[in-house]
Amino acid sequence: MSRPRTPSQTVGPYYAIGLSRRPQNVLDPDGIELSGRLLDGRGEPIDDGMVELWDAEGRRFGRCGTDGEGRFRFRVPRDCAVLEALVFARGLLRHQRTRVYLRPPDGDDDLLAALSPAERETLLARPEGDGLVFDIRMQGERATVFFGH
Amino acid sequence: MRDEDPVVLPDDESYGDEVQVDYPGYRSTRWRAPKRPLVPLPERLRDLAGPVFGEDALEPADNDLTRQHEGEPLGERIIVSGRVLDEDGRPVRGALVEVWQANAAGRYRHDVDRHPAPLDPNFSGAGRCLTDDEGRYRFTTIKPGAYPWGNHDNAWRPAHIHFSLFGRLFTQRLVTQMYFPGDPLLAHDPIFHAVRNPKARELLIARFDPETTEPEWALGYTWDIVLGRGGPGTTVFEETR
Ligand SMILES: [Fe+2]
Repeated sequence: MSRPRTPSQTVGPYYAIGLSRRPQNVLDPDGIELSGRLLDGRGEPIDDGMVELWDAEGRRFGRCGTDGEGRFRFRVPRDCAVLEALVFARGLLRHQRTRVYLRPPDGDDDLLAALSPAERETLLARPEGDGLVFDIRMQGERATVFFGH
Repeated sequence: MRDEDPVVLPDDESYGDEVQVDYPGYRSTRWRAPKRPLVPLPERLRDLAGPVFGEDALEPADNDLTRQHEGEPLGERIIVSGRVLDEDGRPVRGALVEVWQANAAGRYRHDVDRHPAPLDPNFSGAGRCLTDDEGRYRFTTIKPGAYPWGNHDNAWRPAHIHFSLFGRLFTQRLVTQMYFPGDPLLAHDPIFHAVRNPKARELLIARFDPETTEPEWALGYTWDIVLGRGGPGTTVFEETR
């Protein structure tokens, strides 16, 4: 029978000491820039958070700490339609999981289909200039959809 | 937090091995913990592979935090080792284990840490290693000190080492903290007590291990880590261990 899992605890404010080394925020050096802000329930920037992005095959991975404006920045593959994202921060006792759709899906997507239009909106990166923008809101009216792990 | 809000809530076994994400005693959860229920993922997305790291992710002395500088850090030298397992008890091989911690005085080498305790020029406080074929990891370091934090009046974190792990699967990603046995501060710590089930909290405490203690050299602590598979609520918490 199964063993109990080791519980999660927060990364705390000093994660950068341990998690700022390789791999960094470039999933693909020839990729497109994806940036965004990590925001709390008051709309304030979370300036001590970290975002991780993975492609579905687990081949490409990156992570980026947020700056004073809560901003994170990645270079992501152009051939990817969607990336898995994890959010870590002080105050998050467990990381949260979401998905970043780099473009609206071509056909049916069972995951998006199960969401309301407003919820769906939170998972779609929007083109801006030469790159893509994807904000993550932990709480509130426009809170990002987070998934069970 | 209002004065009547207790920092430490009573035990609640119904949480199993899950942490209470909106635990009120840990004040930073208030504006950060998601308030809506998590959306279940379709089956096909539950078993996505995680990234694989090789030896090239490592540098010399990555697993020995006492040998990353010219001199030796001050403090009590310790060896922290254990196995990374999945829920079925199988070893997780090649898992990247990353650790970070305060120095012996309870101070992090980080700009934001304003605790008036000395930095140690011989201690950075970061390490990493890969698990071997039996899922084993091992670090040599110094015992971190307790440190104050602003959560509530006279709040002190028990001594702990932060751990980050990548297993084989996306769902096996884990960031947690390892504590030391017998620490009186554990009883007062809201982050530790956000794990409401006392049996699950025990899983966060290493045990002193005479077997890995090296004579005339370093105390040994053993801490096994179990990575999950399924989603919250899909695993049954057992009495036995
Ligand atoms: Fe800490």
